[in-house]
Amino acid sequence: MNINLTLFAQALMFAGFIWVIATKIWPPLLNAIEERQKKIADGLAAADRAKQELADADARVADEIRKARVDATQITDKAHQQAVQIVDKAKQDAIAEAARQRAAAEAEIANLSSKAKEVLRSQVANLAVKGAEKILGREIDGARHRELLDQVAGEI
Amino acid sequence: MSEHAEKLTPTEYIQHHLGHFARDLTPQVSKDGFMTIHADTMVMSFVLGLVMCLGFWLATRKATSGVPGRWQAFVEIVLEFIDGQAKDAYHGTSKLVTPIAITLFCWILLMNAMDFIPIDFIAKIAGFVGATFFGMDPHQVHWRPVPTADVNATLAMSITVFFLMIFFALRAKGIGGFVHEMFTAPFGKWMFPANILLNIVELLSKPVSLAMRLFGNMYGGEIVFLLIWVLGSVSVFGALAASVLGLAWGLFHILIVVLQAFIFMMLSIVYLSLMEEHH
Repeated sequence: MNINLTLFAQALMFAGFIWVIATKIWPPLLNAIEERQKKIADGLAAADRAKQELADADARVADEIRKARVDATQITDKAHQQAVQIVDKAKQDAIAEAARQRAAAEAEIANLSSKAKEVLRSQVANLAVKGAEKILGREIDGARHRELLDQVAGEI
Repeated sequence: MSEHAEKLTPTEYIQHHLGHFARDLTPQVSKDGFMTIHADTMVMSFVLGLVMCLGFWLATRKATSGVPGRWQAFVEIVLEFIDGQAKDAYHGTSKLVTPIAITLFCWILLMNAMDFIPIDFIAKIAGFVGATFFGMDPHQVHWRPVPTADVNATLAMSITVFFLMIFFALRAKGIGGFVHEMFTAPFGKWMFPANILLNIVELLSKPVSLAMRLFGNMYGGEIVFLLIWVLGSVSVFGALAASVLGLAWGLFHILIVVLQAFIFMMLSIVYLSLMEEHH
């Protein structure tokens, strides 16, 4: 245990190594470490932000879908109503048309039947007259017996 | 392992291994005087310091803030651990504390770890090198591989820390504040003789205790190893016992090596921190 010049040489060496570590080793490594920490922090923040944005987008999408669904429901309801209206209108038109046509047909029928009656009536009158002529053997004066004939014709 | 011991007495064997590769720069004045340099301590500590710097430099050379390589990650873990310890113990603003802590811990750890190399391996290599390149008697070549088992190395570090403590104190308080505290703390200004005595003793005891703790542990560890190897030279049974004991002591020594490096570092930081505090 003899203390000698080695002590000073060692002290100088120690100071030299401290200097090397303090200037060449530790600062660049510390920089790298701190930069990495910053990067990691930034990355985590970005991830959080992205998550928030995703949630926002999801909410927006859900909102849009809900709105679209409501719109679609409204449109189909409207279409339904319109269809019902159209069908109703067509039904009423058809009913009216049918009634009109039936009325026309009935009028025609009545017309034809009255005409036929008229013809029949005159023919019956003629037949009656002819029958009567044959029965009576003499001609019935058409002019004189018009009143009678009409009466007969009216009775038919 | 201990071929010397077959020719040497145990005392000579131990003395041989505790001898330094010492060269007095002024041999005409005195033998082993103050101007002596312990070449083994110097070379070993310098090489180990270089290994430390080189290892760190390899990591920081391509230091990236992206995904670090394995070595960079390892160095980062070690240095961040030391940085964390330093920041826990030191509350000042100096950016020098972490490099001091890194140097102390890693350098001391490496120097202490030289204890794990069986001492006769090193003696053999040193004897061979000395005989081949310097024409020395191989048995006269002393080579202590553990620089921290040389009180010069530990005192050098603790005295450097001591000057750093003074520097930190002066920077934090100024000369006036520092001297004022030397005279007035802790008993007040009327007790200044007691104060100054106490403060000086307190101040000086710190580097001495730092250096002696590390030196004592490593020197003692080395002597225990030497005693075990002496036992190994006795007989076959002794060699077996020495293997078991050597293994056991080596395993226990791992704890001591790391612990002593850590204690030296932590206490240095705590002392530096204390010097900046106002009393």
